[in-house]
Amino acid sequence: MLDVITLFLFSIIVYNIPLLYGTTGEIMIEKSGSLNLGVEGTMAIGAVAGYLLGMRSGSLLVAVLISFIASGLVGLVFAFLTVTLQANQNVTGLTITTFGVAFYYFVGNAVSNSESKWPALGGSSLDKQFAPLEIPLLSKIPVIGKVLFSHSILIYLGVVIAIVMWLYFEKTNPGLKLRAIGENPGAADSLGVNITLYKYIHIIIGSGIMGIGGLYMALNMGGTFEGSNCWINGYGWISIALVIFANWSPAKALLGTFIFGFFNTLRVQNAPLATAFPKTLGWLTKIPAQFFSALPFIITLIVLILSSVRKNNNSNEPAAIGRNYYREDR
Amino acid sequence: MRKLVSLVLTAAFAVTSCLSLAGCSGQTAATTAATTKAGETSQESKTPDGSEPAVANIKVGAIYINSQNDTAGYTYAHHKGITEGMKQVGLDPSKDLYIVDNVPEDDEKVKQAIDQLAGDGCNIIFGISFGYINAMKEKADEYPDIIFSHATGYLSNDKNFNNYFGRIYQARYLSGIAAGYKSLALKNDNIGYVSAWGVEYAETCSGINAFAMGARSVNPNAKVHVYEISTWGDQEKERQAAQVLIDTYKCCVIGQHCDSAQPQIVANEKGVFGCGYNSDMTKEAPKAHLTAAVWNWSAYYATAMKAAMTDKSTFMQTVGNYYQGIAAGLVDISELSGNCEPETAEAIKIAKDLMVSGKWDVFSGVKLAFSGAAGAVKVEQKNDALKDNKGEEKVAAGGASVGDDVIQGSMNYYVDGVTQVN
Repeated sequence: MLDVITLFLFSIIVYNIPLLYGTTGEIMIEKSGSLNLGVEGTMAIGAVAGYLLGMRSGSLLVAVLISFIASGLVGLVFAFLTVTLQANQNVTGLTITTFGVAFYYFVGNAVSNSESKWPALGGSSLDKQFAPLEIPLLSKIPVIGKVLFSHSILIYLGVVIAIVMWLYFEKTNPGLKLRAIGENPGAADSLGVNITLYKYIHIIIGSGIMGIGGLYMALNMGGTFEGSNCWINGYGWISIALVIFANWSPAKALLGTFIFGFFNTLRVQNAPLATAFPKTLGWLTKIPAQFFSALPFIITLIVLILSSVRKNNNSNEPAAIGRNYYREDR
Repeated sequence: MRKLVSLVLTAAFAVTSCLSLAGCSGQTAATTAATTKAGETSQESKTPDGSEPAVANIKVGAIYINSQNDTAGYTYAHHKGITEGMKQVGLDPSKDLYIVDNVPEDDEKVKQAIDQLAGDGCNIIFGISFGYINAMKEKADEYPDIIFSHATGYLSNDKNFNNYFGRIYQARYLSGIAAGYKSLALKNDNIGYVSAWGVEYAETCSGINAFAMGARSVNPNAKVHVYEISTWGDQEKERQAAQVLIDTYKCCVIGQHCDSAQPQIVANEKGVFGCGYNSDMTKEAPKAHLTAAVWNWSAYYATAMKAAMTDKSTFMQTVGNYYQGIAAGLVDISELSGNCEPETAEAIKIAKDLMVSGKWDVFSGVKLAFSGAAGAVKVEQKNDALKDNKGEEKVAAGGASVGDDVIQGSMNYYVDGVTQVN
């Protein structure tokens, strides 16, 4: 019985960490006042680039750097279009999603059909570096040890990124300036903050973080390329919803990831839970699977409705989000 | 001077507009040509005396649900079958094959694809996905001179619209034998099965039952735990389902009826074994994979194209609604991997020979029971009623197999030994 609970909690973390990467990356971009709807595509590009070049080099560090750079370049395109050329952010983001997912299939099919074939993850040195790290002593604690202290290094990296980002926003001077840009770029500009530079840097870093999430997804799925099935599989879209759920706070994103993850994992783990606790949780298997799949979106909807109804203005949504800043318009 | 300039400008405009007009009219001409071509052919077929010469060379149209460039999976298997079938009957896939791919199961989109292929002059159109059914039926009436052939469907007419599918359950029975030997060797009766659907579709249901019966022909105590993921393809869910079956239900072999190789990859990671589907998944799971139930669609495609090339008008008599199995080579299992137990190959050969000979089939009142060590594997045919997992008798002991309509359409029960976990 304890096994079932352990596996359930363990799966929540293992399968939903990409959401944390996607969400924290998107929060960083949105804090600079830009709404990037291209999460799905950005993650797909980071995933495929990081995986292929990482496999070639045999180093997880290289894979992480490549996916960060590849997705960062996508961020650069987004920044150039929306900040420098003042293009519409929604349209640009959607274009990036379409482009990114298509790029994934394009490269994937090309490599699969080439002579060298798609590189298999099983047994490679990348696979070994990605394998879970058992933290001494801590991982021996029953239930909690397995759930919290026996994970791949990329899971811990995701958590560290979320915490560092929270400190950056709340405790540092550049973080404060960044938030000012998101709230009122005109005021920030008048104080001498270099808006263009700030936007560029944070859009690129935010996109790069998403890319690492894509790489994690690739490695966690065993690194197989299936012609018609993308690794990212909608996680980019859920990430955008999670940003709202987390109220633009990286710390709350950590919490939000596990709440979303709870329901996301429940759709698979409902059966073992119902079998292990027939009296209390037996009803879980009576719920149609489609309902579980829809659940994260239903929750987002409820959160959106609640936050719109409340209107007492404790939302942390950057006030200038989605609007391009043009100095002469002030 | 000014006059000269305006003259030149006017001339330039005149030329460009002429050119663009010519371009336009060229296009219209092309479109009209295509339409008339379609019209002509339909008139041709209406010639009552049937003097139309046998079509020596036909054009083949195909509508795919996924990309023609897929490297594995359902569309890939069909694309491979069509191209190989064309080569077998002497057609050149690079010239005679017209494809519209990534067509969702949406009537309007399917109809557009059919119109496009008809415009290309295709004589036979294959649609590979179940949801194309209504559009194909409708268009079969609109284009009576084109043969429409629909995989996995159940509709047809008596002139130019058939459906085709195969007895994949026979292949699953054989892969079940491999799983059964593995479970005996590991002394673990729990076998898992990741399935897209459960009893809702006869296709998945009959596959699960056949797999279980194959396993139990070797290990009568084997239990098959079915995890239904409620979608045809979702890599992540397939992966998690396999994980649950291994970790929570202690399964030692993982069978599957879903699109990706994730269940096999998980089995490989966890050090258990598995039976794949659609393609030989040994390359994805080298330490785990035993054998996979596979399709060899070229067996059908070659038959259908040959019939269409000989005489289109008798297609529904020569080919008709096509439902063949291991005897016709339409389904089979992939080469047994080195992970299989030593008795496996012999037992599978015995069962396969029985199926091919037509003397025995899976869902009958006669059950096979294998015994003996490698080199001396024996089979006993026992009269034993086919019962569902609630104990209700479906076929009396010694009785003949259930009808094809049951296997294809109305089978909605699990046999003895199968339980669905969710």
